[in-house]
Amino acid sequence: MSVGTPRGLASSGQKPIAEILHPLSAAEEPLSVTVNLGGDKEAGLTNGTPVETSSPASTSSLFNRLQLDDDLEADVRDPYAETTETRDLFVTVSDPKKHVSTMETYITYRVSTKTTRVEFDLPEYCVWRRYQDFDWLRTKLEDSQPTHLIPPLPEKFVMKGVVDRFSEEFVETRMKALDKFLKRIADHPVLSFNPHLNAFLTAKDLNKRQGLALLTKVGESVKYVAGGYKLRARPAEFCAMGEYLDTFNQKLGTIDRIAQRILKEQSEYLTELREYGTVYSSWVGLEDELRRPLEGVAGCVTTCCGALEDLGENMSQDFLPVLREYVLYVESMKNVLRKRDQSQAEYEARLEAAILRKQEDRSPMPVEVEKCQDKVECFNADLKADWERWQSNKRQDFKQLLTGMADKNINHYEKCQAAWESLITLLQDKQTEDKTSETN
Amino acid sequence: MMMADSGSNEEVAVIVNTDITSTESENNLINTMVERGTALLRKMEINVAEAEKRTGKNTVNMQETYTVYLIEIRPAETVPEGGTPATPDTLWRRYSEFELLRTYLLVTYPYIIIPPLPEKRAEFVWHKLAADNLDPDFVERRRVGLENFLLRVASHPVLSNDKIFFLFLTEEKGWREAVLETGFQDKVDSRLKSLSAMFRVKNPDKRFTALKHYSDELNTVISQLLRVRVKVADRLYGVYKVHGNYGRVFSEWSAIEKEMGDGLQSAGHHMDTYAASIDDILEEEEHYADQLKEYLFYTDAVRSVCRKHELIQYELEIVAQDLVHKKQQKEELATGTVRIFSLKGMTSKLFGQESQEQRESRLAALEQSIQEGEETLKEKNTECHEFVQTAWEDIERFKEQKDKDLREALISYAIMQISMCKKGIQVWSNAKECFNKM
Repeated sequence: MSVGTPRGLASSGQKPIAEILHPLSAAEEPLSVTVNLGGDKEAGLTNGTPVETSSPASTSSLFNRLQLDDDLEADVRDPYAETTETRDLFVTVSDPKKHVSTMETYITYRVSTKTTRVEFDLPEYCVWRRYQDFDWLRTKLEDSQPTHLIPPLPEKFVMKGVVDRFSEEFVETRMKALDKFLKRIADHPVLSFNPHLNAFLTAKDLNKRQGLALLTKVGESVKYVAGGYKLRARPAEFCAMGEYLDTFNQKLGTIDRIAQRILKEQSEYLTELREYGTVYSSWVGLEDELRRPLEGVAGCVTTCCGALEDLGENMSQDFLPVLREYVLYVESMKNVLRKRDQSQAEYEARLEAAILRKQEDRSPMPVEVEKCQDKVECFNADLKADWERWQSNKRQDFKQLLTGMADKNINHYEKCQAAWESLITLLQDKQTEDKTSETN
Repeated sequence: MMMADSGSNEEVAVIVNTDITSTESENNLINTMVERGTALLRKMEINVAEAEKRTGKNTVNMQETYTVYLIEIRPAETVPEGGTPATPDTLWRRYSEFELLRTYLLVTYPYIIIPPLPEKRAEFVWHKLAADNLDPDFVERRRVGLENFLLRVASHPVLSNDKIFFLFLTEEKGWREAVLETGFQDKVDSRLKSLSAMFRVKNPDKRFTALKHYSDELNTVISQLLRVRVKVADRLYGVYKVHGNYGRVFSEWSAIEKEMGDGLQSAGHHMDTYAASIDDILEEEEHYADQLKEYLFYTDAVRSVCRKHELIQYELEIVAQDLVHKKQQKEELATGTVRIFSLKGMTSKLFGQESQEQRESRLAALEQSIQEGEETLKEKNTECHEFVQTAWEDIERFKEQKDKDLREALISYAIMQISMCKKGIQVWSNAKECFNKM
């Protein structure tokens, strides 16, 4: 299943778009750019140039996007190629702190930002945020950038009594996931310029009531779309994406189960191994000459137990959470695909209705239809670009994850080997010691 | 094949089975440590080379399947360069014949710790397959154990000189008759058979008490060790095998990936290799378990010697007691005082004195009995003394052997663990390389 490099804008719907009047031809001002929607032009939207307004669902922002520089060739420059030299926004999540109040107990994390971007007043920021705040940010991003893939957050709800929300391991794991979440957003050419992110990173007090009006607007459009539009033909590449995600999700699930099973088996092995060591220890008391070798063996077994414990900890703290995070990521991606489908369905439905009406009374293409078309095209472009980015990141993440797993296992065996080897040296030294004393 | 160190008597020769591969030999355990100096081993090399299945009619005329083992005897001369080794003399023996030999040795040399046979039925096995007596792995391990037994006997300063043992190695037919002809069954003391029989020994020999105690404790600890080892092996098996599932899922996953595909696929193969490696690892560990088992069974032999000593001591005390009793009776009879209760004394008190004649004849009989008693006491004393002496000689020899053997076993166990770690590092390094290419 190959996911190709972003070509041009996907054609949506049955009618060749070139036949339809340019959506902006009815506008008052001539634009600096004509967008050929059937061809091979890269959407100017994806080159990372900042968005001026903060309400992308409105027409003006779409216009603004289309006003952007268009002489980028699709195949020459990959706008998502991030090099450290071009990165100008760095965020880190660290220092978890427990807060105990009369109403509740919760953890806050320090969010540190370093940047040279003009959108930020200062070059450095340091704020304290709790999980709720991250959740807020994510919701805001999802609503304000519906055509983009928003990275997932670690799971919100944990069963009290099953997981200790304030244990060091849990907090550490969660913090790493939150850090990854912010880093992924900061690295995203579009999302990183989102004003909500800005607010999250800089405001002393997050006023979470912001954008209420926006929410309702989005809510409406969602309702509208959910009014049962049926998709005619999903373009092949999005079908491929969907299929890939389903299979990938399956495999992730399988790997998760295998990893958990290994943890369980290792834990049971550890229990038996500990008992094994104590039997050697109890034997020591019976012997004279064999004391040292037996003590040595008991010691080695104990060392191996320790190494095994570390391995298990690593797997449950570093390996499994990342795996689970990707499951959430897949969910997010599937959501975005669904939204894209919906938006295409809406467009097709409106288009059909408009065409029928046009045939009747020769009225021009209504603006809403054109708006829909734009929406679909933007969506497709954003999605494809994000997909590529996601694939690339996924490859890096899994490469790191799996080599990490291999490393931990190698480490474990190295520790055990060292212990047994030192025992042999010890015993063989004694052997030569004895031999020399015998011949003397 | 006997690999002997040249040099002083202090050095030990290592006997290694010719059938094992060099890798086995490298990782493997030393089967027996043999002191140079038994006449028998100077003359011949002993191998249990093969095992074969036979069917035949047993004593109740029913068909049965059993295994026979081929014993090979070669003259122990060094073969000149380019020369062919002499063809061995061979004969076939089944397990029950080994058992008969051992029983004979047990009865004939009660003061010797007789080397044990490998177990009749597989116990302490981690994999249910190997519990079957006809299972090839079990048969193989038994073959090694039987060879070990023969070498132990052949290298024993006392047992190696036994004629029946020699015939066992050289006379296939007619051996059974020869053993039975020795009449050793008559010597079997039925009292010893009952393990729970307690002899109340008045003056227990502290050394034997301590030895019996040690032997019991050693038995307990080795049993425990073997039991837990099985559980450990079981669990480790599980850990390795589950990793095999990674192989399959990586393969399936690689099918939907572009650049990651190759790396994932090859890493998957390494996971399969990892999962498969545990079978050999655990098979090797069985050799270690066998070494422990030998000493587990040895504790029974030690216990047996202690009990024989108890019996001899007990008999000695009975004889001594009996003698004292008789002497006291004589004194009473001579002086007319009744110090100890005797039926004769009571009846004569109740029913009147006996005549002088009667008294004198009784005295004479008692005198005779006392004389015989003293002879018996002297014999028993000598017997006991000799037993203790020869037994302790053998016990000291055994202790040294045990310390050396178990130490070697522990070292080879450590070597096995190191080998397992190295294999693990290799596989995961290979997998890591594949992951890096993703």
